[in-house]
Amino acid sequence: MEVLTAHGAVGLIGDDTSLMIGGFLGVGTPESIITELIAQKKKGLTVIGNDSAFPDKGIGRLISEQLVKKLIVSHIGTNPVTQKQMIEKSLEVELVPQGSLIEKIRAGGVGLGGILTPTGVGTVVEESKQIIESEGQKYILELPIKAKFALIKAKKADYMGNLFYSLTAKNFNPLIALAADIVIAEVEEIVPVGSMSPEEIHTPGILVDYVVVGGKKNG
Amino acid sequence: MDSKVLIAKRVAMELKDGDLVNLGIGLPTLVADYVPANIKVMFQSENGLIGMGPVPPQGMENPDLTNAGAAPVSSVAGAMTFDTAFSFAIIRGGHLDVTVLGGLQVDEKGRLANWMVPGKMIPGMGGAMDLVTGAKKVIVAMTHTSKGEFKIIPECTLPLTSIRRVDLIVTELAVIEPTDEGLVLREVAPNVTVEEVIKATQAKLIVPQTVPAMKVL
Repeated sequence: MEVLTAHGAVGLIGDDTSLMIGGFLGVGTPESIITELIAQKKKGLTVIGNDSAFPDKGIGRLISEQLVKKLIVSHIGTNPVTQKQMIEKSLEVELVPQGSLIEKIRAGGVGLGGILTPTGVGTVVEESKQIIESEGQKYILELPIKAKFALIKAKKADYMGNLFYSLTAKNFNPLIALAADIVIAEVEEIVPVGSMSPEEIHTPGILVDYVVVGGKKNG
Repeated sequence: MDSKVLIAKRVAMELKDGDLVNLGIGLPTLVADYVPANIKVMFQSENGLIGMGPVPPQGMENPDLTNAGAAPVSSVAGAMTFDTAFSFAIIRGGHLDVTVLGGLQVDEKGRLANWMVPGKMIPGMGGAMDLVTGAKKVIVAMTHTSKGEFKIIPECTLPLTSIRRVDLIVTELAVIEPTDEGLVLREVAPNVTVEEVIKATQAKLIVPQTVPAMKVL
């Protein structure tokens, strides 16, 4: 694990790449990294996350700056800019049920070839997907999903990259840590190795490539 | 009584002691204010919390402790936070007793549509499809009609949330139970007649010989 500035970490990210970004309506999103993605004008991004938050918060800030080409999320209802770009076709949006989306990410991260879920059977969600019947019940085969980068927000890290998340700011973060080639975690503070109890650690440092110390106050 | 308060109060009476309950954003959120005093329920929030408590006093908000609408909440004693995979394991895995959701349409088969209006409004399904698929009991809490348009109709014209039949529909006019036979009118709101409910409902209603008035505190 290496400690970088937000500027340095985002410098590793190219245009036209795929990013998994933690957060639920911006709570648990690495806002300092988002700010730097905007400052460095990273374009043509494919962003995978729970939602597009708000025009001035979380993933929504990348949408407002028109840096996102494709968005894979469960919800865009709190961000009119996303809906506008979707209707104008300048942004491709793939809507996935939240429970299926997180399992697709988990499958990608844990070496599974997909998951079978009853969610979405008989709705538009099943279109162009394989239906598998098992023990008399229909399931949709949802395929794994991975990304080049995972951008995580944690409360604190130690110098080995072990992460602790706060309350409901956890959400997608521990799962995306498994499903990307390069994992960058923004934290509020870095503490000495050994100062966190083993049971306090939610994501092991072996999964984390870079740590950025960001602002204190954001979710 | 305000119609939303009436709906929330009636839905709250469906809750049982010990239930784990997920309330949707908007009207369903009000249900938490009317839980009968003699029972104790735990609220689950899909962003990662069992044991959600009321809005904290001003200045006591924690930006890392929010509901599924990103509004600050508190946690009750015995609460637990977790990641999204675990949250939907609870929801989809059959461990959630009750979910209360808003609705755009419900049809004669008891199927709910509540996540998009093509060409007009595309909020996305969020957790709704998983909630309707996995919760033990699904209650739709909604206004009976919308700007003069029917919402309880023969067959949903909007994209479905799930093919699962919901368990109960509570509106400001009536309580309706979807069954194998169709939509059964179980109760009418205070000062509302059966005829008025039928008039406000495009779907066929099965009307038992006696339809009691909605009992709310």
